[in-house]
Amino acid sequence: MIDYGAGNLHSVKKALERAGFSVERSTNPAATARARVLVLPGQGHFRQVMASFKRSGFEPAIRAHLAAGLPFLGICVGLQLLMESSEEAPGVTGLCLLKGKVKRFDDPEVSVPHMGWNQLYKRGHSALLEGIPEGAFAYFAHSYYVDFVSENHPGASTNYGNQTFLSAVSFENLHATQFHPEKSQEVGIRVLRNFKRLAQNVVGS
Amino acid sequence: MLAKRIIPCLDVHAGRTTRGKQFGRAEKGELRDMGDPVELAIRYNDQGADELVFYDITATSEGRSFILDIATQVAEQCFMPLTIGGGVRTLEDFRMLFLAGADKVSINSGAVSDPDVIRAASDHYGAQAIVLSIDARKRPDALGWDVYVAGGRKSTGLDLLAWAERGQELGAGEIVLNSIDADGMNTGYDIEATRAVAQAVDIPVIASGGAGSPEHMCRVLVDGEADAALAAGIFHREEYTVGEVKAVLAEAGVHVRLM
Repeated sequence: MIDYGAGNLHSVKKALERAGFSVERSTNPAATARARVLVLPGQGHFRQVMASFKRSGFEPAIRAHLAAGLPFLGICVGLQLLMESSEEAPGVTGLCLLKGKVKRFDDPEVSVPHMGWNQLYKRGHSALLEGIPEGAFAYFAHSYYVDFVSENHPGASTNYGNQTFLSAVSFENLHATQFHPEKSQEVGIRVLRNFKRLAQNVVGS
Repeated sequence: MLAKRIIPCLDVHAGRTTRGKQFGRAEKGELRDMGDPVELAIRYNDQGADELVFYDITATSEGRSFILDIATQVAEQCFMPLTIGGGVRTLEDFRMLFLAGADKVSINSGAVSDPDVIRAASDHYGAQAIVLSIDARKRPDALGWDVYVAGGRKSTGLDLLAWAERGQELGAGEIVLNSIDADGMNTGYDIEATRAVAQAVDIPVIASGGAGSPEHMCRVLVDGEADAALAAGIFHREEYTVGEVKAVLAEAGVHVRLM
């Protein structure tokens, strides 16, 4: 689990352990070379997190991990960083691992941040969301969202105000959620267990 | 669609959950013991609470160590959002509470004395993790509300709506509005104040103080335009479970997350 020095990583670690993972928190990109599965938890500002990635060397570590076909899970900002750019940090390039842009909610009728429990509607066949009922609630806390792109990777969408945004996505061994599985009670633990099963298919037990 | 949230709140004093009226004080024997905070948290988690809020109402160094310990224990067992507040003044206070397992940290008097700490915390942890908690009381002329600090004892001269707007500008991601008049009275939330704040800011507003029935919660979520309703005594005294409250809300057409 990548530790870039912001937010509550404790609960992500506990939830991953509940799902059956053995977790090591690391501030050292060299340690990620040993990890068979990488988790990028999400809290913080797009610009600050990208800057700290560049400084600390996590960026090449993540690229090498994914290039080797190893499982990866990004959460919240950990999803947004996979995109090309974000309105939160104009001019800062994301990891560009998925096509798409991160935008700010701008419907004046709804509160921003988007905080609380909202519903997941599946797109395609998402193994990450297997067993999770259509319309299940997950916990969100964010002001920026990933806009849809042409590619149709399996995952989920969620509606907020006049916006439908990407709330989960899987592409090969890369998985990411805009919601916080570690804060989404049974639904979240189920997502993490599914991720564990998918990861085991790749790296064994 | 985003659900309206029901949030049990635990006031913690010397490691125990307590409850008073209109900001009653421990040293005057005005608080009742409502039980073990960790046990209550697990109970509310099982009942389908959407979040939990813990306030360290002593906010001494001893009180702080209790709340850190409770947060750590709850975070190990409840996979839901936890907000912790009470005595938060510095960026270091924020850091300690996040480390202990808080997802959001709530600041109240500390923000009045040093508003810039909101901005510093928001820049570092993101607006979604910073809650501005405001204690307010209706002005004698009944034309508005004043902001109070020091456990509701001291008027700041700040206007509620102006302070809420300022908090949003500084980077708070959510406002908890505590009505001092309604606190612990079980006669309903301050609908008027809640709606005024909800209309003044774009960030979510959580109503607090006065819940005595599911109907009170319904009113503040619908008429008061609150995003969430916080309540303590009604849950601690086991008058209603969170699930029972949500069933009433769903029946009334309020969009809630049912288990």
